[in-house]
Amino acid sequence: MIIKHLAIIQVILPLMAAPVCIVIRHHVGVKIWAVLISWLSFLISIALLVQVSDQGLIVYQLGGWAAPWGIEYRIDILSAFVLLIVSGIGAVVMPYSWTSVEKEIVHERAYLFYCMILLCMTGLLGIVITGDAFNLFVFMEISSLASYVLISFGQDRQALVAAYRYLIIGTIGATFYMIGVGFLYASTGTLNIFDLSQLVPALSASRTVKAALAFFTVGLGIKLALFPMHMWLPNAYTFAPSAVSVFLAATATKVAVYALFRIVFTIFGGTEILEILPIRGLLIGMAAMAMIYGSIQAIYQINVKRILAYSSIAQIGYMVLGLSFDNATGIAAGIIHLFNHALMKGSLFMVLGAVMYRVDSVQLNDMAGLGKYMPLTMAAFFIAGLSLIGMPLTVGFVSKWYLIQAALEKGWWPIAMLIVISSLLAVVYIWRVIEVVYFMPANPEAREVREAPISLLLPTWILLGAVIYFGIDATTGLNIAIAAADALLAGGGS
Amino acid sequence: MLKKTILRVVSKFLIPFVLIFGLYVQWHGDFGPGGGFQAGVIFAAAFILYGLIFGTALLRRVLPSKVTRSFLVIGVLLYSGVGVFGIIFGGEFLDYSVLARDPLKGQHLGILLIELGVGITVAASMITIFCAFAGRSPNRLDEF
Repeated sequence: MIIKHLAIIQVILPLMAAPVCIVIRHHVGVKIWAVLISWLSFLISIALLVQVSDQGLIVYQLGGWAAPWGIEYRIDILSAFVLLIVSGIGAVVMPYSWTSVEKEIVHERAYLFYCMILLCMTGLLGIVITGDAFNLFVFMEISSLASYVLISFGQDRQALVAAYRYLIIGTIGATFYMIGVGFLYASTGTLNIFDLSQLVPALSASRTVKAALAFFTVGLGIKLALFPMHMWLPNAYTFAPSAVSVFLAATATKVAVYALFRIVFTIFGGTEILEILPIRGLLIGMAAMAMIYGSIQAIYQINVKRILAYSSIAQIGYMVLGLSFDNATGIAAGIIHLFNHALMKGSLFMVLGAVMYRVDSVQLNDMAGLGKYMPLTMAAFFIAGLSLIGMPLTVGFVSKWYLIQAALEKGWWPIAMLIVISSLLAVVYIWRVIEVVYFMPANPEAREVREAPISLLLPTWILLGAVIYFGIDATTGLNIAIAAADALLAGGGS
Repeated sequence: MLKKTILRVVSKFLIPFVLIFGLYVQWHGDFGPGGGFQAGVIFAAAFILYGLIFGTALLRRVLPSKVTRSFLVIGVLLYSGVGVFGIIFGGEFLDYSVLARDPLKGQHLGILLIELGVGITVAASMITIFCAFAGRSPNRLDEF
């Protein structure tokens, strides 16, 4: 009986668990509770992925109301895959946050932190799972509001400014999305994504529908921090508590990328609008600029968290680039990069959380010579950094290989060149950190630093294990990504 | 506390009516205009008026943060709990028809409970937000 309801349980489990945190209130109890919930939610998403790959599409109608009128949850292979990313990262971040939160957030606030991170997870899972454009907006607000609060937990006073700025910009993004939904509703009278995909092709000449597509692209572009709309991201990631940086960097932008392409492909995929309005070309242009701009900015930062934040902007460029190619290889590359980047960036930010725990700073200068005193932590940074650059035997290689292959398939060799250049820039910024960590003499106070506690190291290395495992055994992930790409290209029928 | 006699007397006189009106909007939401959100706001307005005139310290004596906090939680759990009951009794999530033997009665009961959950949480969060902004406590966290 429970199998039938897994789709809804995936969302309501963290939703109902969040208020319970406020009842438990004691920091130890809350921590255990959050870990339990996140693991359970991970198991559910695995079960959903298995179920989808066995039987295909899962449809769940809330309250038993039939689809275009009621809200339905719709899980295809792509959404099941993204669900797995979100809940998987959640399952690793929760135990990681035990030690990290203890250090960075006062005990009395720990329960609020866990309440918020569970709500954020609810929102992200909901965006992925829902088949209703308005419901997607509601979940987007849940996850965004929770993440504003999470960022403001940062120790630095600037965290408040960063959270406030994210709040203003994020709200504009959500409003734009909402205007898009409004336009589509005005011209079709439905909010169901599948239903929209059936009705929109007949209206592709309508100016309202075109305006809707423009609003969707800009609104979600802000949410996923696509190049000229990325200004909120570096500060938000830099000043947030370490565990929050890990969680948001690994999941929030990925889910926004998912939402953008769910809208673009599923609703507008079958129409000529994508030919009339050159959205794809626009996205490719912005993605290419993001790749170069993000990487160059990352080179000039002196705060390592900031380096990674700018690198995220570049990596988001890769995902959008892949998904904007209208061939299956490119889309598969984009989808697999969602997964791979979550693993790599997650483990890199986890390393910085461990450094924060021991050194109280993630400034580049303060990390001098740490390779000697925190060997396991820094080895993790080294390997994840290599993956970010795109070394073979790590996941980074798989995504770049497919991305370049897709560009060459289309004959766009300048794009392929840009990918290579951006990777070379990644070598520069990762090497800057590696050089300071391994080849500079340690500061006098750094000589006291010991290896990070096992509670931080273990989750980091688990994620890193996945970076290496899926780099060697790339077929598992790729098969899912290719199936998802085919489903996306098939448009609304999926 | 404000020393204006008129304000104090009039607000004391008004508060019970505001509360009653809030409850009216809550329970008649399924027949007429209204529902949980509006009712919660009106209900909270009575307490906020009390807080404005008599000070947040007295308001917190009427409604300690422990109480508002538990109502915040109860509302959300009532809403989602009704949904889960739908699953347990063999329907889908939020399927009210299975809540009673007669599906029509079930739908009625379901929407009433859901809106009650909304009302409770909205009222509690309104009061909490007011206290967090108006309170003198240096630690805003005391209000949650």
